[in-house]
Amino acid sequence: MSSTPLRHTALDALHRSLGATMTDFAGWDMPLRYGSERDEHNAVRTKAGLFDLSHMGEITVTGPEAASFLNFALVGNIASVGVGRARYTMICRADGGILDDLIVYRLAETEAPEYLVVANASNAQVVLDALTERAAGFDAEVRDDRDHYALIAVQGPESPGILASLTDADLDGLKYYAGLPGTVAGVPALIARTGYTGEDGFELFVKPEHAVELWQALTKAGEGVGLVPCGLSCRDTLRLEAGMPLYGHELSTGLTPFDAGLGRVVKFEKEGDFVGRAALAEAAERAESNPPRVLVGLVAEGRRVPRAGYAVVAGGEVIGEVTSGAPSPTLGKPIAMAYVDAAHAAPGTPGVGVDIRGSHEPYEVVALPFYKRQK
Amino acid sequence: MSNPQQLRYSKEHEWLSAAEDGVSTVGITEHAANALGDVVFVQLPEVGDSVTAGESCGELESTKSVSELYSPVDGEVVEVNQDVADDPSLVNSAPFEGGWLFKVRVTGEQEELLSADEYTAYTAG
Repeated sequence: MSSTPLRHTALDALHRSLGATMTDFAGWDMPLRYGSERDEHNAVRTKAGLFDLSHMGEITVTGPEAASFLNFALVGNIASVGVGRARYTMICRADGGILDDLIVYRLAETEAPEYLVVANASNAQVVLDALTERAAGFDAEVRDDRDHYALIAVQGPESPGILASLTDADLDGLKYYAGLPGTVAGVPALIARTGYTGEDGFELFVKPEHAVELWQALTKAGEGVGLVPCGLSCRDTLRLEAGMPLYGHELSTGLTPFDAGLGRVVKFEKEGDFVGRAALAEAAERAESNPPRVLVGLVAEGRRVPRAGYAVVAGGEVIGEVTSGAPSPTLGKPIAMAYVDAAHAAPGTPGVGVDIRGSHEPYEVVALPFYKRQK
Repeated sequence: MSNPQQLRYSKEHEWLSAAEDGVSTVGITEHAANALGDVVFVQLPEVGDSVTAGESCGELESTKSVSELYSPVDGEVVEVNQDVADDPSLVNSAPFEGGWLFKVRVTGEQEELLSADEYTAYTAG
């Protein structure tokens, strides 16, 4: 444990007044859950949930060459992102290893192109340092804006109605992975239709001094439709059911996007060089010709829960490793994501199990995601 | 939360009822249940098993973690709570009542068990 004091979000006192169980997450004191994490999970699937995600790392990139800089620094084609749109992408090392996965929002034009890069809390400093270093030679500025934003997410099928009651912004015109500036409950916000739950929903970037006011307005607007405050525990089970990777679990510097089954985020066809290009081209070929371990879903036949780090076994041999596991509230069974040898990666491969503290429990190999919402 | 006065408590957060005809009931405390979060799976000892004070005799799985279940006393398991095996959420909703875990014919106590007030003070720290 580090002795650095925990950081607190602008909503800290509010979480405590709601009786939240708090946890140290990447150096931030964050709500783990307010009551039952299963109830919170189910509320997001069927109604709506409210999350404080102010620990996420916001970095602003501006300047005449902001787009070509981001194309060089990241693996995606950021120059092709239109104003008001967002892109899921990654930042890799020269050897192709994943430093972090990111969402990049292209903000409205003012004087020069402006992008908001959102990194995982645990990697925010690493991403900031890498971007700053890679910006050399570009007419672009990289700015640490972590302290200038609070981030509140409202997720779930009722979230469009809740938000619509508090804003004049054109939510119907706001597509998935789009973001526009607007006013919510009188508070200036970047309203983004993004999330990490597998449900429809919004992420609202606001000034920290407006966070409490916005949270309270959303709480009130959601009262009649079952909105509940939600902690990071259910965020983890929601993203796991949706098959979304989490840095430190499915993603790491030891893996390339191709190893993680996310090679589609690497855009070789974009103009110019980018950090990791040569190594990633090799990784792409390797994944094609001689795939290493493959990320799969596992569904338990029993009730014991696989955890990150547990061995995946077949015929008494270790054939993989669990990266994330939890009881799935939606499926009613334990589920996991795991990297397994390609020979055992096909859905329905028989004889696959997880070594749960010495006992080999049977698991079914399935395609990801475990859950996909009905649109 | 309040810890029932008539029970005694281990530092591993199990409770033990006063023996009736030599048989005590064991469960985990509300403090422990809250710390675990939603319990999703309980592996209980089997009837006839010998349990030893301070040693693991089962496990409790929650969304985030798995925890060992420790016996607060030496003895022989005479009954397990099938309701909890079927619906582990009873551990969260009624840890001192319907969420009891097993009954044990006590043959010995090795550990020093705490009174309700002592346990309350222990978990407040």
